[in-house]
Order: sequence, then structure tokens, then C-alpha cells
Amino acid sequence: MKKFGIKEVVATGIGTALFVVLTQVQIPLGFIPNTSLQPRAAVLAFLAAVFGPVVGGIVGLLGHALGDAMFYGSIWWSWVFPDAVFGIAMGLFAKKFMIKEGGFAGKSIALFNAVQIVANVVAWIVVAPVLDILIYSEPANKVFVQGVFACLGNVIITAILGTLLGVGYTKIGAKSSSLSKED
Amino acid sequence: MAKLLTYKEKGTWMENLCGVTKLIFFLSWTITCMLTYDTRVLAVMFVISLILFKLSKTSWDQVGSVFKVILVFMIINIVAIFVFAPDQGTKIYGTEHILYHWGGRWKVTSEQLFYELNVVLKYFTIVPSVFMFIITTNPSELAASLNRLGISYNIGYALAIALRYIPDVQDDFHKIKNAQEARGIEMSGKAKLADRIKSVAAIIFPLIFTSMDRIDTVSNAMELRGFGKHKKRTWYMGRRLAAGDYVVMIATLVFMIVALVITYYDGNRFYNPFV
Repeated sequence: MKKFGIKEVVATGIGTALFVVLTQVQIPLGFIPNTSLQPRAAVLAFLAAVFGPVVGGIVGLLGHALGDAMFYGSIWWSWVFPDAVFGIAMGLFAKKFMIKEGGFAGKSIALFNAVQIVANVVAWIVVAPVLDILIYSEPANKVFVQGVFACLGNVIITAILGTLLGVGYTKIGAKSSSLSKED
Repeated sequence: MAKLLTYKEKGTWMENLCGVTKLIFFLSWTITCMLTYDTRVLAVMFVISLILFKLSKTSWDQVGSVFKVILVFMIINIVAIFVFAPDQGTKIYGTEHILYHWGGRWKVTSEQLFYELNVVLKYFTIVPSVFMFIITTNPSELAASLNRLGISYNIGYALAIALRYIPDVQDDFHKIKNAQEARGIEMSGKAKLADRIKSVAAIIFPLIFTSMDRIDTVSNAMELRGFGKHKKRTWYMGRRLAAGDYVVMIATLVFMIVALVITYYDGNRFYNPFV
């Protein structure tokens, strides 16, 4: 695994700033009250997929905590950790996605979405509600319903926006493998 | 659009505390508040929060708009708890005093009201501490003092960059949003869901790509200046722990221990006035 170098330090910092700023961008679903699509989830998936698990994990943790603190004035810790879990999970497969190398197409898009669905389910339907119950003693059925909606929303927005971001960046950001070897 | 809470120089004694001291206070305060459901402890913490908040000289226009958002969330949350689990209070406290029957499983019990009062109290204990932490802490100083505590300066630097660039990224965001709106993109709730996703994408794409460029620029600049060459570095904003810092830290830890002992003294996290 690559060490935590300059690029990672800066990516973590600016990625966190991005995540915090995007806290305010929410797309209300309308038909389900109090749930909205959070584009920041797609951005986290994208950043983790480009820069790896350490950046993904810290951006999720720090970004969610700071964003909540700055916009809502309170930190709901049991929902901060799932974002870190999600970031780490996405980041673990960063090499396979090949976004930076310009190879994000077909198979790696499928893998990206498979990983994000599993990661979202683990983060929001397992980690978040369990922490809610352990830390805050909230009623179980309420937190699981919330978790399911959060998971659904994040899966949808990541599938659309996250994939598109990856495709877009892989096209303009292609660096190392834009040249192909001739046989 | 919610206004962001930011650091503002005011020259209070709280500002002069080391960033780390405030971070320790903030973390142990929120952890204590998270763990305890003991109403007596929460009430004491609530009063202390109010006093500290007063001392921090935070003005209403710094936090007012954020506070209103929190109130809305809190109300939604306590209503949701009642709708999904009207018997949570009974489950916790083991008794049932029905005040009013709404039909079905929705009955108002004094246990439920008491449980939800605790939830509300938690909000009001945590919120002022978050406000104070953000408003009285200088980001650069916090990063410097984190390093002094032994945390890798890479992490400290990542945090400093994050805090430093939040206003810049927010600026970019507004510029891009205005530009796209000028081109006729509908951002309000009137548009259909698919259209709304599209218009958000129209903002997020340029924003992400500018930020990726910025990551390249900043990391190149740092590389040219030899960032990360040595194991240690010095800090312009660094500050030594003073007597006041130790007093606050010790007081915080003592308070946390006492609060948790009182909370868990009778075996669980709840204070039960019903038996």
C-alpha cells in the first residue's frame, strides 16, 4: 500500500473541505419526508476510489463531523463512523477501479457499483443503526427505517453521480495509460 | 442557505486556551453527554454549557441561523421517536403511567415524556459546546498543537488544509452555482427529481474538477518546498500549554469521571424517578 504522502495529505484536506461544503447540497426526495439524496456521499465514494482507503476514511470521518458541526451544530457520532467505514471500503478497491489511470470503464464501473452497494448496506443498515442503539438508546425500529432510507438514497446518488464523476475524471485525468503499447 | 459557523477573534480567555485543551474538553464533553442518560447529570451539564456559552461572548447572529436548523431537526427527531416507539419510555423505566390514550399503540405515558425530555436535554448540552469549540478555535493553532501532542504532522496538516480551504471551496461553489443559475438551471423544489439531480451535477462536476486541480497545485507547491522531508517540523502558530490549560483539562477529566460514576452507579445509564 502507498504511504501517506504529500498528495494524500492535500487530498484529505481539500476532500474534507469539499465534503463539508457539499453538506448543504441536498436533493429532497419529496415523497419520503425527512430524507434526501446527499451528493456528498457520491463525492466521498469518488475521492475514496481515486485516493484510497486512508484518504476515504479520514474524509468520511472528519468531513462528516466537521460538516455536521458547522451546519447543524451537533455531531451525531453514530452516523459519522458509517461514513468512515464507507470511505475505507471504497478505498480498498481503489487500485482495481483505475480511475486515475484512465481505465474506468465497463468492468471497473460494475465493480465500483457492486462495492458501493455492499459498502452502503454495511455502513447504513448495519453500523449506523447498531451505533444508534448502543450510544443513544434510540428505538430500534426507528433507526433501522432511517438506516434503510439513508442507504437507499446513498446507493442511488452514488450509482448516478459517483459513476459519472469517475467516468468524467478518468477521461480528462488520464495520465499514465493514455498511451497503449503496440503489439 | 445556512451560514457556516467560523472562528472569530474576540480576545476572550477561551480563545487564549490551547486548541488541544478545547479539543479535549469538546470530545470528553460530547462523549459524556452521549453516554449518560442520567437526567440529573444532564441538567447540570446543561447549566454549565449555558454559563460557558455566556462566557465565550458568542453573539446570536453568529449562531442563530444554525440554531434554528438544529431546532427543526430536534423536533422532527422527537416526533419520529414517538411515532415509531411510543413505548420506549416504558421499556426503559419499567413502569407505565398513561396520561392520554390516542388509540392503537400510541399512548402518551409520563415515562415516554421523561425519556424524550432527556433526548432534548442532550441536544441542548451538546450544541453550545460545539458552537464554542468552532467559534473560539483558530484552525492553524489547533493543527500546531495537535502535532505537539504527538499526532503525526501529516494528519495535523490535513486538518489545517481542510479548515483553511473550506471558505475557498465554498466560494467556488457559490461562483459555479451562480454561473449555472445564470444559464437557466432550476435549483428550487419546483423541478422534477431527475432534473434536480441533473442540475446538482451541473454544479458538482466543475466543483470537483476544480478541486482536483487544486489538489495538484497545492501538493506540487508543498513538494517543491520539501514538505515531509523531515520527521519533525516547526509551527508558526504553535502555542505552549499554560497553567490555564492544565486547570481546564484536569477539571474536564474530573467532571467526566464524576458524571460517569454517578450515571453508572445504579447499574444503568438512566435515572429512574418512577420507582
